[in-house]
Amino acid sequence: MRVCALVVRIWRQFLHDKRTLMLMLVAPILILTLVSLVFNGNTYKPKIGTVDVPAMVTQRLAHEDVSLVSYSSTNSALEALKTQTIDAYISWQDGRPAVVLEGSDPSKNKAILLDLQQMAEASSRGPTGIQPKITYLYGSANMSSFDNFGPVLIGFFAFFFVFLVAGISFLKERTTGTLQRLVATPIRRWEIVAGYVAGFGLFTTIQAILIAWFCVDILGMMMNGRLINLLLITLLLSITALTLGTFLSSFANSEFQMMQFIPLVIVPQVFFSGLFNIDTMAVWLRWLSKIMPLYYGADAMRNVMIRGKGFTDIVMDLAVLLAFSLVFMVLNVLTLRKYRHV
Amino acid sequence: MLGKGSREEGWGIQVSHVDRKFGKRLVLQDIHFEVKPAEIFGLLGPSGSGKTTLVKLMAGIDRPTSGTVVVGGVQMPRLDMLGKIGYMAQSDALYAELTAKENLDFFASLFGLRGRGRRRRIEEVMELVHLTDSMKKRVSTYSGGMKRRLSLAIAMLHRPRILILDEPTVGIDPALRVSIWNELRDMSQSGTTILVTTHVMDEAEKCHRLGMLRDGRLIAVGTPGELKANANVTTIEEAFLAFGGVRG
Ligand SMILES: Nc1ncnc2c1ncn2[C@@H]1O[C@H](COP(=O)(O)OP(=O)(O)O)[C@@H](O)[C@H]1O
Ligand SMILES: [Mg+2]
Repeated sequence: MRVCALVVRIWRQFLHDKRTLMLMLVAPILILTLVSLVFNGNTYKPKIGTVDVPAMVTQRLAHEDVSLVSYSSTNSALEALKTQTIDAYISWQDGRPAVVLEGSDPSKNKAILLDLQQMAEASSRGPTGIQPKITYLYGSANMSSFDNFGPVLIGFFAFFFVFLVAGISFLKERTTGTLQRLVATPIRRWEIVAGYVAGFGLFTTIQAILIAWFCVDILGMMMNGRLINLLLITLLLSITALTLGTFLSSFANSEFQMMQFIPLVIVPQVFFSGLFNIDTMAVWLRWLSKIMPLYYGADAMRNVMIRGKGFTDIVMDLAVLLAFSLVFMVLNVLTLRKYRHV
Repeated sequence: MLGKGSREEGWGIQVSHVDRKFGKRLVLQDIHFEVKPAEIFGLLGPSGSGKTTLVKLMAGIDRPTSGTVVVGGVQMPRLDMLGKIGYMAQSDALYAELTAKENLDFFASLFGLRGRGRRRRIEEVMELVHLTDSMKKRVSTYSGGMKRRLSLAIAMLHRPRILILDEPTVGIDPALRVSIWNELRDMSQSGTTILVTTHVMDEAEKCHRLGMLRDGRLIAVGTPGELKANANVTTIEEAFLAFGGVRG
């Protein structure tokens, strides 16, 4: 079968090109490890200075997750704040606490204010206060932000690397004249497209298994659903990326021009894939996310990994990805007409 | 089933009143000639005269703007004819990161060759172009001449009835050039129709018949002897200039 011939050739090219092989297998793992290290770290412990604060308050503060430093005057506390030795200081004025924040990092600001709020609540509530009981429908109290956007990252890597490698490989087929040579053989146009999809598809399956295994078993990313569903999403996502990459490659004349599609095609998808809250965007922007494959991939990934949902819950997302792939495949076959008319 | 010709008869090529335009530009103009079965037909013309464009029409990867190209009794382009035609493009279209053997394997399986027959045929063609020792080397390490020879080997791989070679001997040293021409002669004797383009005049002498192409027009067709006699000159080069309206 001619499709098989193409698959074998693509695999042999992969095996000869160790760098690309490493890029596709090792790079995602490396980046995911880094990201998990960055976002799984302990929550930030604010450093707060105190100036003449009553002992009772300092005790309460010590209950929260902060480190306290005592200063003799507001001036010395202010100096410490300027050199960023502390993140905020509390002084006592007219029987009320006054807080000055360093303020340049919103996440630190939030952490300090939260601590102070909790302290204030604790002191007003007294021993008999009502403590709400909190349960989580999905996720858990100790779910990290890495658990939250990890699924998006897996989808992103499935998309990005295949898009680039398949696109460039198809582009090279065109620029080195082998495509012209290929169409002088009895291979059909759809067989060329099918061969690419099968060859790269097989390879990305391996990539997907490796990334999924590494994220779940080594990095301990939250995984409440079934692995097979995760792999299915990754596979469909990378076939979408593959067919889009090969299609767009016919509008590029060099590898560099292929790279220019990254800010145009890849980066916007990241913004709309749920890394940022879509619901706060303008309505027309939200509509834009509906034409982005990664949006559906990430949605399905989160449903499986965080919410533990099954096949029937992600089937719509999968169907959309499949539709994307089919459309791109047909476009691929049509653009190949440029190289042979039959 | 596929064509009317049989192996014994061999296949011919009929090009009838072919024009090929790129945009508004007329690159081939009213080309009309015939390649007879089992002959070696040479297309001679300076660079830019339209040889490659014409050859692509016969190889079935391009379509004339007007006129017809018939190969083995079938009007081109036709997908099912591509398996009967061997085509060597002017620029080497090889997968540089693969070895020669892997390149051959790939094209052989596209043409449906398999198993022991395929292995034997690959060895045969590589011997023919003197590359047996470099079979396992990556094509990226090949010299220009070696790539040319590998392209030729690939074009002959599936024993095509029609062999179309676009400037096959560029960059190949004289000794090997002689042996390749001997092989082409053998193939034509056993029934293969061969079409070669060249801009090297002494190579033109080796063809059974010649077509002279200039600025997209066929200015003369005939055996080398006829062409020289008609122009009343002693070399093909002079004949070309004479037919082109330039008296040397
Ligand atoms: N795809 C194309 N688009 C536009 N012009 C072309 C194309 N292919 C060839 N040409 C033009 O046609 C002319 C003949 O080219 P070609 O057939 O390659 O000549 P040769 O093979 O004899 O050197 C050249 O002037 C070339 O620029
Ligand atoms: Mg040419």
